[in-house]
Amino acid sequence: MLEIKDLTVEVEGKEIINDLTLNIERGEVHVLFGPNGCGKTTLLMTILGLPNYKVRKGRITFKGVNIIDLPTNERVKLGMGMSFQHPPEIRGVKLGDMVNIAQGRKEEKIDEDVIELAKRLNISDDFLNRDVNRGFSGGEVKRSEILQLLAQSPDFIMFDEPDSGVDVENIELIGRILSELLDRNKMPSKRKKAGLIITHSGSIMRYIKADRAHVMLEGRIACSGMPNEITKNVMENGFEKCVELCSEKEGTE
Amino acid sequence: MMRKELLERARRAKTKKAALGEDIAIENFVTGGEHEPLNSLNEIPDEYKQNLLDSGIEPSEKDRSGSFLQRDCSVVFSTVKYPGLELMSTTEAFKKHDWLKDYLWKAIPVDMDKYTADVELDQTHGYFIRSEAGKKVTMPVQSCLFITSDKIGQKVHNIVIAEENSELHIITGCSVSHAVNSALHLGVSEFYVKRGAKITFTMIHNWSPGMEVRPRSAVIIEDDGVFISNYILMTPLKSLQMYPTAYCVGKNARVTFQSIVYAPGDTKIDFGSRAVLQGEGSKAEIISRAIATDSAKIVARSDVIGEGANAKGHIECRGLMLSDSAEVDSIPELKAKLKDLDLSHEAAVGKIAEEEIQYLMARGLSEEEATSVIIRGFLNVDITGLPEALARETKKMFDMSLEKVM
Repeated sequence: MLEIKDLTVEVEGKEIINDLTLNIERGEVHVLFGPNGCGKTTLLMTILGLPNYKVRKGRITFKGVNIIDLPTNERVKLGMGMSFQHPPEIRGVKLGDMVNIAQGRKEEKIDEDVIELAKRLNISDDFLNRDVNRGFSGGEVKRSEILQLLAQSPDFIMFDEPDSGVDVENIELIGRILSELLDRNKMPSKRKKAGLIITHSGSIMRYIKADRAHVMLEGRIACSGMPNEITKNVMENGFEKCVELCSEKEGTE
Repeated sequence: MMRKELLERARRAKTKKAALGEDIAIENFVTGGEHEPLNSLNEIPDEYKQNLLDSGIEPSEKDRSGSFLQRDCSVVFSTVKYPGLELMSTTEAFKKHDWLKDYLWKAIPVDMDKYTADVELDQTHGYFIRSEAGKKVTMPVQSCLFITSDKIGQKVHNIVIAEENSELHIITGCSVSHAVNSALHLGVSEFYVKRGAKITFTMIHNWSPGMEVRPRSAVIIEDDGVFISNYILMTPLKSLQMYPTAYCVGKNARVTFQSIVYAPGDTKIDFGSRAVLQGEGSKAEIISRAIATDSAKIVARSDVIGEGANAKGHIECRGLMLSDSAEVDSIPELKAKLKDLDLSHEAAVGKIAEEEIQYLMARGLSEEEATSVIIRGFLNVDITGLPEALARETKKMFDMSLEKVM
């Protein structure tokens, strides 16, 4: 579904991603670990095509289409979606409006289906009527982002730290809904969606079964492997050590 | 004050320049003749119907307790459907009510500037609206001041009185026909909110690039009285300057001013709202949203003066710049004359944040659509205090005006 080859990206003249290659097939969920500043968020923003992220080299193909020159909204139309870690607040634009926009609806009224979806995320009508992200708590931001994604229903979903700043109860709820969004409750051959999840703490991994995990260091994928293994290594040994262990393993193979 | 004395004071102020706004040569504009009266608002020629609709006026008179239309300098329609409500031209009202002279120039000094003076010396009607004591007229009254002739100087004096414990909701639309290249609108409006009464005043200005506009408005609010003003301007004009003032003289008198201004082209606007809190526990809230694009220049003023014990006032003005050749000057002022007061303001002028556009694009909107959603959101002030149907309708009018400019 998503193919990234030899990608080099600059942000404000500084090279953040360097010769990165990554493939995500339909039905797969990948997890991306990495220390702060290693380029995880930059990768997501580049896939989404935000203007400050300049591709200097390489290729991104989504569903067989070269998307490098497409604006963000065209990429979204092709079927990608993103849950932001720090979404901006927009005065006078309500969460309910955002949901309608994500659904591609022009009306002001909120669809019954959305209200149902919102209920499952413990989002009340009052909350739908609040200006999006204004004064939202950490958990509220996540739930609002996921509600918008549910409305948008993309085939390929990127999550930027769905588990940061969220209490345990909410992580479980978010994890459950994400699993569903990513077809994790279906048999592997029936899974149509794909996802890329950034996590710093790895706590969301308890609720989502991923197919593959990567460790990113200094703008490259330094190590890839089975999610359990990688998660365990990262948690126990830290990023650098995990990469070291990965390389050793590669060497002995 | 006797009429003779008023006239004398007006004469002396004939050349007195206004404190704010560029000076207009009133003598360049003429008084127009009489137009054919109408039997119903719907009889207005089709070419003008859209002008009325665009300024919130319903030609079918549906869901209106009364309708008033002044075309240029001539009152062509005035009707009332509800008992307890009076609506007619001010000229008519002065003939009918001898006592009305006690309300003339009581909220605004006749010699404030050359514009007030000229309205006294060369008045061309205006509307008089009054709700009787205890009568709650929840269905809105509509009044339209319409200009259809070139070079016209429309000089109206409006007087609105809500008697004790009554309620009055007014939609007033000021509009101009596309055939007019240049015209002047001088509008004096005096509002009297008696004890326990409430007036909501929703004004839509639907002007055109050749219009010069100088409204002069003031409100006197007695004990427990409420005045809510909603002002919407979304069309270009040559110049507008106004600074309506509410005097909360009574105990617990309350005023809210909400203004939404979108200035395109070469529009020059100097607008503001002022509240003088004299009554004990009186309250004011001034909210404004101003967008300047192209080469428009906006001065957004607001002023709360606290003079009464435990008075409370808040100002919230936000400006949005959409062009480098536009200008927004935001001037919030607070004056405290006692220690037991609570006055505050927040003001901000900025541009559309890039990350807001990107966020909306990530939900599937194009850059243009995203910008439009952000502007719409910026201007979206929750209108409070209106009856539900009117609030809905005001929102509709606002959306419609916005639709036209976006």
